[in-house]
Amino acid sequence: MSKINARIPEGPLAQKWTNYKDHQKLVNPSNKRKLDIIIVGTGLAGASAAASLGELGFNVKNFCIQDSPRRAHSIAAQGGINAAKNYPNDGDSVFRLFYDTIKGGDYRAREANVHRLAEVSNSIIDQCVAQGVPFAREYGGLLDNRSFGGAQVSRTFYAKGQTGQQLLLGAYQALMRQVDLGTVTLYTRTELVDIVVVDGKARGIITRDLVTGELKRHFAHAVVLATGGYGNTFFLSTNAMGSNGSALIKAYHKGAMFANPCYAQIHPTCIPVHGESQSKLTLMSESLRNDGRIWVPKKKEDAEAIRAGKLKPTQIAEENRDYYLERRYPAFGNLVPRDVASRAAKERCDAGFGVGTGLAVYLDFKSSIERLGQKTIEARYGNLFQMYEKIVDENPYETPMMIYPAIHYTMGGIWVDYELQTNISGLFCCGEANFSDHGANRLGASALMQGLADGYFVLPYTIQNYLADEIATKRMTTNEPEFIEAEKAVKDRFAKLMSIKGTRSVDSLHKELGLVMWDFVGMGRNAAGLKIAIEKIAAIKKEFWSNVRIPGDLVGMNVELEKASRLADFIEIGELMARDGLNREESCGGHFREEYQTPEGEALRNDNEFAYVGCWEYKGDNVVPELHKEELVYESVKMVQRNYK
Amino acid sequence: MEKIINITVKVWRQNGPKDKGRFETFKLNNISTDNSFLEMLDILNEQLINENKEPVAFDHDCREGICGMCSLYINGRPHGPDDDVTTCQLHMRKFKDGQTVTIEPWRSAAFPVIKDLIVDRRAFDKIIAAGGYVSVNTGGIPDANSIAIPKVDADEAMDSASCIGCGACVAACKNGSAMLFVSAKVSHLALLPQGRVEGARRAKAMVAKMDELGFGSCTNTGACEVECPKNISLSNIARLNREFLSAKFKD
Repeated sequence: MSKINARIPEGPLAQKWTNYKDHQKLVNPSNKRKLDIIIVGTGLAGASAAASLGELGFNVKNFCIQDSPRRAHSIAAQGGINAAKNYPNDGDSVFRLFYDTIKGGDYRAREANVHRLAEVSNSIIDQCVAQGVPFAREYGGLLDNRSFGGAQVSRTFYAKGQTGQQLLLGAYQALMRQVDLGTVTLYTRTELVDIVVVDGKARGIITRDLVTGELKRHFAHAVVLATGGYGNTFFLSTNAMGSNGSALIKAYHKGAMFANPCYAQIHPTCIPVHGESQSKLTLMSESLRNDGRIWVPKKKEDAEAIRAGKLKPTQIAEENRDYYLERRYPAFGNLVPRDVASRAAKERCDAGFGVGTGLAVYLDFKSSIERLGQKTIEARYGNLFQMYEKIVDENPYETPMMIYPAIHYTMGGIWVDYELQTNISGLFCCGEANFSDHGANRLGASALMQGLADGYFVLPYTIQNYLADEIATKRMTTNEPEFIEAEKAVKDRFAKLMSIKGTRSVDSLHKELGLVMWDFVGMGRNAAGLKIAIEKIAAIKKEFWSNVRIPGDLVGMNVELEKASRLADFIEIGELMARDGLNREESCGGHFREEYQTPEGEALRNDNEFAYVGCWEYKGDNVVPELHKEELVYESVKMVQRNYK
Repeated sequence: MEKIINITVKVWRQNGPKDKGRFETFKLNNISTDNSFLEMLDILNEQLINENKEPVAFDHDCREGICGMCSLYINGRPHGPDDDVTTCQLHMRKFKDGQTVTIEPWRSAAFPVIKDLIVDRRAFDKIIAAGGYVSVNTGGIPDANSIAIPKVDADEAMDSASCIGCGACVAACKNGSAMLFVSAKVSHLALLPQGRVEGARRAKAMVAKMDELGFGSCTNTGACEVECPKNISLSNIARLNREFLSAKFKD
């Protein structure tokens, strides 16, 4: 028996979820309050799961590293959330949302999960409206939609350019209501530092109080990880500074498979890098591509003059501009999926047509402002334009924005089955932290959909199928040897970090790792480069464990110690990403291997050999992990080369 | 255009809620004006670590002005000298070569200092827990378009809902009042039919919790509105007062 079994329900694709719900085991109300659930993370997935499970009557403990659950980085999602409502009557359906997501993911996602996602998408919108999420509306009072990359329908619901904020506040408020009712206990400024497994089942976690430095043991009948993605492996990304992959690495060390680590999404529209002291990259929402046109100068000498500051973009005549996305992809134009748009920008800049520092292209609103008026553009994107102006000190109503791709989202993550359960019994994973729904590339406005689908409408069902068999399990005292050992291992690890007393700051090492990742495991990868990356990451690991400097103490608040602990885990993730990328000898979605491309420079998949989920099993420190494969079987969709022309 | 400046930073250092606290002064040279304010603090911390000293602790996370985690009182203003931005969006081009920059934590009885520039804002969560929500459970919800909402109401609700919960309003207020924060949530929900149902109960519960947690009363000076990075309007406070009074009259 393989270590991984996706446990996809029987029946035709469109019936699977209904069949599952009809036959799954449930927990009766009086037993629910005897069952404890730990949820780590308070973003869209974590907060919605904690609130929903609390409402059902389970005893929930919810953890976050920030000072409040409302800070989770879901809050920064700008553009919107997809659903198959078909309110605009433009031909949308559950199947079409499912199909677009599978195709957008370059045929590397699990069919049954994606169909379920599309099925529950409509309920999410209903739920959020009931919570008071102020979605944009038409003058008639009904909900407005906009379009997003990779779709030919308008199915994206939005709240100005702050959709993530409004959805998260909806989930946060639902969560705080449960906190008030006593069903959820909240632990802020508290970080998961290990997972406790007893007799093969996840039974709790060890946490570190980020204010006091104190370690604590927590028991639960099931543990849910909803800690987001690992994009910060690259140091510079659109993620929040605190976003990290440490919970995933702890799960991986305990035997959970890490699936498709190499699938990282590079977002095409971010504000370009300004210099070495840059700490993070700011995203400009994909929704801007609805009304903005992307271009670079047609003539190299114009691009050179712009870079030298001798020409302004507004001085380049229309016929001397290369709207390269419209030229290459006439059917989708500026709304091609993110991976395609990112690579096209890199291609133009590598060819010498870049503007700004040379690593930037223009996103121009001139024709939209002429067509719709500045007021309309301001109403749609006002806050984004303001954000751009504050950072770059240029007015995007007058001169085109400069943008360049940046790491944004990680499709890979902890492997889960149809029930969102990892291969460790009782350990669940939802939201960006798992691998399941986006294949090799995520479509815009689908992350919010997945986070809330998992938390509101999937996990509250599937976790009961597990917990129904746990009603006889008594609460543990946390004095069991497994808890004591786990806490001791954590204590030793922190003591070791503090004892290094080297000369390099955590950030300086993290920046070094980030450059290796961007150069060799970024937008364009090849076998030679990936091998170099693995070597360089090993050297960084050695340098880290022998020469990192962490001032301060183990006791009390120590920000550098937090960062160091997370960086140690990012180093492992970086290596895993490179290894997975090297193994996957094909191009698909966000994973572009330069050796495998069509004559037109598009990603060339190899379905015969690589139509599988690459699942990595930890085998020990400095030991090569073992690859397991979950074959992807498509019953309702035919795998074809993606075509956005 | 990018310039390079030298500055002096005077930073509040405090080891915990019981420590008395003091200012420490540092010189920082060759700072690019394209750096954000927090990147300037990153540079300061890198310098301190290289000198084997403890870096300055400050709250920050998204660094794009939406999470509400950053919280500095810079040269006497919450979130510093620029308008309509959070500290993380403030850039060094707002400072002059040779300038002294004074950085303090939010100062309010309800927000005790944890360390250096980091304060405890859990009081805000407690206010939300007291009633800042619509009491609906997950599932069993009518279709999203079953109630039409006038666009003006939805837009106004959105403006109130833009609050990021940073606490600048409290830090700006002489009395340390949380009225702008509370009123933004009360208004957001009261403007929508879904939230209207519990409007009176919500206003009373949130105001009672605010008072209980040690926030002061409203000064009516409007300092909070001026310093709010998200332009939350004082009209929200007027609405809260109306909601609160009409709820009290009904009692």
